[in-house]
Amino acid sequence: MNFDFTDDQKSLKEEARRFLTDASPLSAARGVLEGEGDGYDARLWARIVEQGWCGAAIPETYGGYAMGYVELCALAEELGRAISPVPFASSVYQFAESLMLGGSEAQKQALLPGVVTGEMVGTVATTEGPGEIAAGRINARVANGRLSGTKLPVVDGLAATHAVVLAQGDDGPGLYIADLVSDGVMREAVATIDPSRGAARLTFDDVPVEPLGAGDGIALLARIEERAAVMIAFEQIGGADRCLEMARDYALERYAFGRQIGSYQAIKHKLADVFTRNAVARSNAYYAAWALSTDSGELPVAAAAARVAASSAYWLASKEAIQVFGGIGVTWEADNHLFYRRARHLQLVLGSPSTWKRRLVDRLEGRLAAGELA
Amino acid sequence: MNFDDSPEEAAYRLKVRAWIAANKPDLSVLGPEDRVWTEPHKDLATRWQVIKAASGYACIGWPTAWGGSGGTAIEEAIFNQEEQTAGLRFSYFVTGLHMLLPAVLKFNDDDASRALVPPAVRGDTIWCQLFSEPAGGSDSAGLRTRAVEDGDDWIVTGQKVWNSGAQIADYGMVVTRTDPTVPKHKGLTAFWLRMDTPGVEVRPIKMMSGDAELNEVFLSDVRISDSQRVGAVGDGWAVIIFTLMNERAALGSGSGLSWRELIAMARNTPAGEGSAMDDPAFREWLADYYVDAEAIRLQTFRNLSALSKGEAPGPEGSAGKLLWANGAQDLSSRAVDLQDRFGLIDDPELAVANGAFHHRLLWAPGLRLGGGTDEIMKNIIAERVLGLPGEPRVDKTVPFKDIPSGR
Repeated sequence: MNFDFTDDQKSLKEEARRFLTDASPLSAARGVLEGEGDGYDARLWARIVEQGWCGAAIPETYGGYAMGYVELCALAEELGRAISPVPFASSVYQFAESLMLGGSEAQKQALLPGVVTGEMVGTVATTEGPGEIAAGRINARVANGRLSGTKLPVVDGLAATHAVVLAQGDDGPGLYIADLVSDGVMREAVATIDPSRGAARLTFDDVPVEPLGAGDGIALLARIEERAAVMIAFEQIGGADRCLEMARDYALERYAFGRQIGSYQAIKHKLADVFTRNAVARSNAYYAAWALSTDSGELPVAAAAARVAASSAYWLASKEAIQVFGGIGVTWEADNHLFYRRARHLQLVLGSPSTWKRRLVDRLEGRLAAGELA
Repeated sequence: MNFDDSPEEAAYRLKVRAWIAANKPDLSVLGPEDRVWTEPHKDLATRWQVIKAASGYACIGWPTAWGGSGGTAIEEAIFNQEEQTAGLRFSYFVTGLHMLLPAVLKFNDDDASRALVPPAVRGDTIWCQLFSEPAGGSDSAGLRTRAVEDGDDWIVTGQKVWNSGAQIADYGMVVTRTDPTVPKHKGLTAFWLRMDTPGVEVRPIKMMSGDAELNEVFLSDVRISDSQRVGAVGDGWAVIIFTLMNERAALGSGSGLSWRELIAMARNTPAGEGSAMDDPAFREWLADYYVDAEAIRLQTFRNLSALSKGEAPGPEGSAGKLLWANGAQDLSSRAVDLQDRFGLIDDPELAVANGAFHHRLLWAPGLRLGGGTDEIMKNIIAERVLGLPGEPRVDKTVPFKDIPSGR
């Protein structure tokens, strides 16, 4: 029984934290937010790639380091704490996982080593308009192996060299791999709530693509996102914990009416509530990390629970941290809004909390019906 | 992350699981009304205690010098889990064996104190705690029950409240004020006593739910020998702290009605063209409830991990108690509302789930108070986990007799 990171995983985490404290200060996220770079910090990205982190969960056959998913989650937590402005989530949790789950041997051989070396940056292009993804609302179309249509927002759409694109094929929605550095692909930046994680509008005009996997693309996408949700939950927890620490530190520094504001119960209880939400998220995320790393049948429920818990924790922590900081917390100059924005980015990027809550309850019902838990 | 037992733990689990299966008493003798505190329920619990004691499973984690088995905390936790799975966790002996007697043995080393232990381990004696008072709820050091020295005895007078099990207990531990001229934490002294000592009167308290499981205990000129003192005169606060830490660790892991029962009920509750399960608002609420319930379940694994590494579970457990008590209230509230107007009925013959959700709705406010209120739990998290300043304590250095007391 060890419901915690192992000592080795803890060392990895500490090492990552030291590295990111130096390489990815909050000024990095702020720089991108204020318009430096194409929606990411290219220098920081190169340094992260150099650490080998992109290959943490990729098998050695494909150029990775096969450390494991719990290790990847440990790194994710630290990247989340640092709100690092890099395409790590898109390329590693989403694109690489797409390939490992649905890719042919040839596709994995061709693309995964590039993800590890940073030579390639991948993303996933699913959305076209408001509302949850549904078969009837996908207008991008693949005919005779060529893709036409528009996707937005595509997170890291400017940084990426490749994308997994959700489009209508001859047999309904499917996933396709597109090389974004090819004729017929037009990319424009779109302004988003968290500019430290850039996004783009991608327009495809008769671009050659390869199918990724067979069968229902929406179902395959859901399985990919379930895996990505586990790592994203750790990013959310890293950010939420940092918000709590910042608010705690400020509550100890700031005096009002002759006392530290952290000595007032209104502040103490608020932060205790944040702590409790973060603890709920952490327990659920640890369980999901275990499920992911052991290929457990618990993954669909555990991943959804981790995402629901982590989304609500980060939202609470980021908004209440602003409240504790008071007026300074709502200025551009204060760092609070970087977290408030990132919290929203992460809770929407794989689909909204409502969507995941429904998914979670569908799965619980399914299990009860199967008599598995009853 | 590893939710599996170590090889030693797994072997121990298999051993105790087999032992429990071979030795468990017949639970079918209990009818639906034979709930906790009823005679048949207590008899069954006692029988099980006797069986456990005979095989060294009654006090697994206690040192052998105390009459325990000298096992590890993780072994005890594994046994408790297996006991729970077998439906054999009873609360009658927990107060004595896990809270009060460890305190007696920690603070006392005389033969009379040690003699209290074997009958409790065997299930012959039940203990209750006589700490809380009407005038001091969360302020557990604000006790007013007086103990005045009289030769080799003490004369104890006062009133205690929220004493669970006092109606059937053979022994109690009472904390008294022996010196009102010093600040409140310093003037307290603890004693053990037989509950049939003259001057001890137990009155059940009828709660808002209609239950009467808790009591008030009146102490009128109760003569207690100084040989029954637990710890030194003035050490009472240390005794309280020692026992309360154990209580909070035990409370966080509550069980009861869960999302499974709620889904089952919602499926059978008509709404619109289908069932209440089709209501998106209900489904979203259910997801939020589930992640909290899951966190409580997983907290036990985190505690086991800590025990497995030889560490004590931390004050983070306070978050579990908060979640559990508030979750119980939310769950029952939702369940009753789902019934719409029919939810008004809580007659067990007519109500959904035999009125279990209604009963829980009326019991839940007490869960948020007992064993440390929501507010105290949040203070503990804020102060001990987050390092925020303690509450201003205007009574800390004042002699107890000079502390303003209001009503």
